[in-house]
Amino acid sequence: MTTPAIRFESVSRHFGEVRAVDQVDMEVRDGEFFSMLGPSGSGKTTCLRMIAGFDRPTSGRIMLYGQDVSDLPPYERDVNTVFQDYALFPHMNVGDNIAYGLMIKKVDKAERTKRVDEILDLVQLSGFANRKPSQLSGGQRQRVALARALINHPKVLLLDEPLGALDLKLRQQMQVELKAIQKRVGITFIFVTHDQEEALTMSDRIAVFNEGKIEQVGEPSEVYEHPASQFVAGFVGTSNVISGDVALRITGSSQTFSIRPEKIHLGSMDEAVDSDMHSVEGNVRDVVYLGLYTRYLVEIAPTLDMVVVSQNLRTTSADVNSVKGLPVRLSWNKAHTSVLGGRGA
Amino acid sequence: MLNRLSTYLYRRPRLVLGLLLGPPLLYFVVVYLGSLFALLLNSFYYLEEFTGLVVRQFTLTTYAKLFTPTNLGIFFRTASMALTVTIADAIIAFPLAYYIARFAPKKIKTYLYIAVTIPLWSSYLVRVYAWKLILAKEGIVSWFFNLFGLQFILDKILSIPVIGGSSLSLSPIGMFIAFCYIWLPYMIVPIQTALERVPKSLLEASSDLGANPAQTFRQVLLPLAFPGVVAGSIFTFSLTLGDFIVPQVLGNSRFFIGQAVYTYQGTAGNIPLAAAFTMGPIVIMIVYLLIARKLGAFDAL
Amino acid sequence: MRSRSSNSASPALVLGALGGLIFLHAPIWIIFLYSFTTDEATYTFPLPGFTTKWFGVALQRADLWSALSLSLKVAVVATAAALVLGTLAAAAVYRSNFFGREAISLLLVLPIALPGIVSGIALRSAIGTLDIPFSYWTIVIGHATFCVVTVYNNVLARFRRMQGSLVEASMDLGANSFQTFRHVVLPNIATALVAGGMLAFALSFDEVIVTTFTAGQQSTLPIWIFSQLVRPRDRPVTNVVATIVVLITFLPIFFAQRISASSADTEGETK
Repeated sequence: MTTPAIRFESVSRHFGEVRAVDQVDMEVRDGEFFSMLGPSGSGKTTCLRMIAGFDRPTSGRIMLYGQDVSDLPPYERDVNTVFQDYALFPHMNVGDNIAYGLMIKKVDKAERTKRVDEILDLVQLSGFANRKPSQLSGGQRQRVALARALINHPKVLLLDEPLGALDLKLRQQMQVELKAIQKRVGITFIFVTHDQEEALTMSDRIAVFNEGKIEQVGEPSEVYEHPASQFVAGFVGTSNVISGDVALRITGSSQTFSIRPEKIHLGSMDEAVDSDMHSVEGNVRDVVYLGLYTRYLVEIAPTLDMVVVSQNLRTTSADVNSVKGLPVRLSWNKAHTSVLGGRGA
Repeated sequence: MLNRLSTYLYRRPRLVLGLLLGPPLLYFVVVYLGSLFALLLNSFYYLEEFTGLVVRQFTLTTYAKLFTPTNLGIFFRTASMALTVTIADAIIAFPLAYYIARFAPKKIKTYLYIAVTIPLWSSYLVRVYAWKLILAKEGIVSWFFNLFGLQFILDKILSIPVIGGSSLSLSPIGMFIAFCYIWLPYMIVPIQTALERVPKSLLEASSDLGANPAQTFRQVLLPLAFPGVVAGSIFTFSLTLGDFIVPQVLGNSRFFIGQAVYTYQGTAGNIPLAAAFTMGPIVIMIVYLLIARKLGAFDAL
Repeated sequence: MRSRSSNSASPALVLGALGGLIFLHAPIWIIFLYSFTTDEATYTFPLPGFTTKWFGVALQRADLWSALSLSLKVAVVATAAALVLGTLAAAAVYRSNFFGREAISLLLVLPIALPGIVSGIALRSAIGTLDIPFSYWTIVIGHATFCVVTVYNNVLARFRRMQGSLVEASMDLGANSFQTFRHVVLPNIATALVAGGMLAFALSFDEVIVTTFTAGQQSTLPIWIFSQLVRPRDRPVTNVVATIVVLITFLPIFFAQRISASSADTEGETK
């Protein structure tokens, strides 16, 4: 196996009593699109800042392609960042902003201009070099920030929620573009986000952060389909998390498990259930028709609802609403249940 | 080389803080706090009357001298002047501040703001001098009263005991006008700032709940602007308290604190008494600031 | 609807505002007017006649020239000191959340927040206690104490408006602290330095209260004027000097205010 791009060796960062990052071990592979996903305050941004060099670990080591960079200042690491607020220099035009890193490295002027033009092409902003950042739209600023980082050919590119300030349409478009650019340049991207959909869409692998620790690392499908903890099950998509006596009734074991709403079949009481399926009976308490699909709330025990979503393949709003209040049998493939370990279970 | 120094410093944020903070802090602690300490120290010395030399020996006799009827009169006179000036300035400042904050069109607003702040920084002495010209016996104000045959009113005003005098330019009334004029910008700016911070939605909510404009002004805007008034009053009060130029130029023989301090240290060479005298305005200001803080003035600064 | 539109001011308010504005500025115009009077001994209004000869007379006065040059020399050095000390203090307060930063702000504001007479007599006491002879430097040191705060306030306000991530971005792109200061921080605070510096200059050039206590026998321009106010000897020349002082301080203050106002306007909002 090749040397990992980034390697955390039991890294901690404490701010006074607060353990922002607590004994984290992780590896980011060379050339991959790696996302750090978690709610605010989960430690993902602190991890990013420690990779960039804005922050230093309280303990532990951070390796960049095998070199210990824990104590290096930002300007001595071959890592560049796309900031959440873009941090474009307001007193410089777009071209000078992008050429900043090259200017510091004393690359000559002609070469700088040439490379700025190339990179502007890559981010589809040809001809914008003389504009001021204040004359650009949010999406354009974002591209400039990306170009300014990429032009230095960093070993690792860090992105700190760069899409957060954009509206939904633009965000979805940029997700696709970012991924395409990453494929083209082949640089390791580390992407911080609190948006699980974004992480699922773009990443090769995802690390889910919670309270300064990593709950799970894996490919998007793995994290989604087999959440390792109750936190992951709840944070990435929605999940029904069942534990205790109810779990015992369904699976024969009181271990907590989770099941995704879209994996559940909602059938009538007299429908047969295969042996490779789990099933539970309940009453439809509420029906929400959402056009593309319908969401059912099914009460399977006092004060315990399961969420079921089902695509409106053949059904209409009248059909789905007619089941309200009726007893139903929920069933799903045993393979789709994830037994949860970890904290909070 | 620079890179290495930069890295060395980068790893030591406390050292950088020390390097940044060191020079200004050193300067202010040594020069300014040192001076204030010297002031305090001197107020406990005394002047040997026969030799005219300062005796550096701890004593409270200098402070005791403050409590003569004359000196208490000076404190009282100065504080009353400061208070009247403050109230008058608040009244004069409010309409202008209110107009700038709420009604002035955007383009004019910048210029109005500059028009208010320029006098704040410029030619304090010259602006006092202007009133010497305006208030002189043969000056504009007298001319104006004469023009309408109203000289008798001016004479009546000047004949009022305590605040009157031989002419406006030699009377407490004249001083009062000059003080109001000189410190007015210090009152306008904080009031304007406070008014601008009142969100428009609050005023809309008030009128939505049935208040007419006058009620909205009284019930919502005025209470929210009040900290601004208090913040401005800190300046007008403190500046009036410590000024000796205006009383010297426009006043009569009845001293104000600033003049007393100025005279004691200058012609009399009695620095201890001047220092002790200064404790007066300091104590008054501390009391005033404590009250102002209660009224929320520091949030409006 | 009977209720007034909230966008138009009532006539009474406009009148009050206008009155305030005239009160604030008319006296200065009167000074200008008087610098052209032929009256030598009184302040008679209306002016008995117009002349420009006093400008010529004032230019010939050696005592005025030496006072002006002393004032300028003091203001330049006090401003330079204020620029350095004020910027350092602003940077320190901005970049760290250390214990006592409120106290630093308070300490720097104190020289202009306390009555001028307090700072004056305090410095005078120190000079007396330490037996320091009065000199050019005693004036400069006094002036620097109250000039620092104007630079400090302007620069700190600019730092706070500056995106915090700019410095990090610069370092991230390979610039060390010194390069970052030169290429990113300095250009961003330049106008604040100019504005703060100009105000400091105006403040020093105009100061009289503290100066009376720290100057000894020397005469700055304001001290010259003050002596004329107390014992008028050269009324027409004083009128001319007053006009010149207004003009000298007006420009830097106007531009300083312009800079602060426009940078506050354009901040954040982009078209």
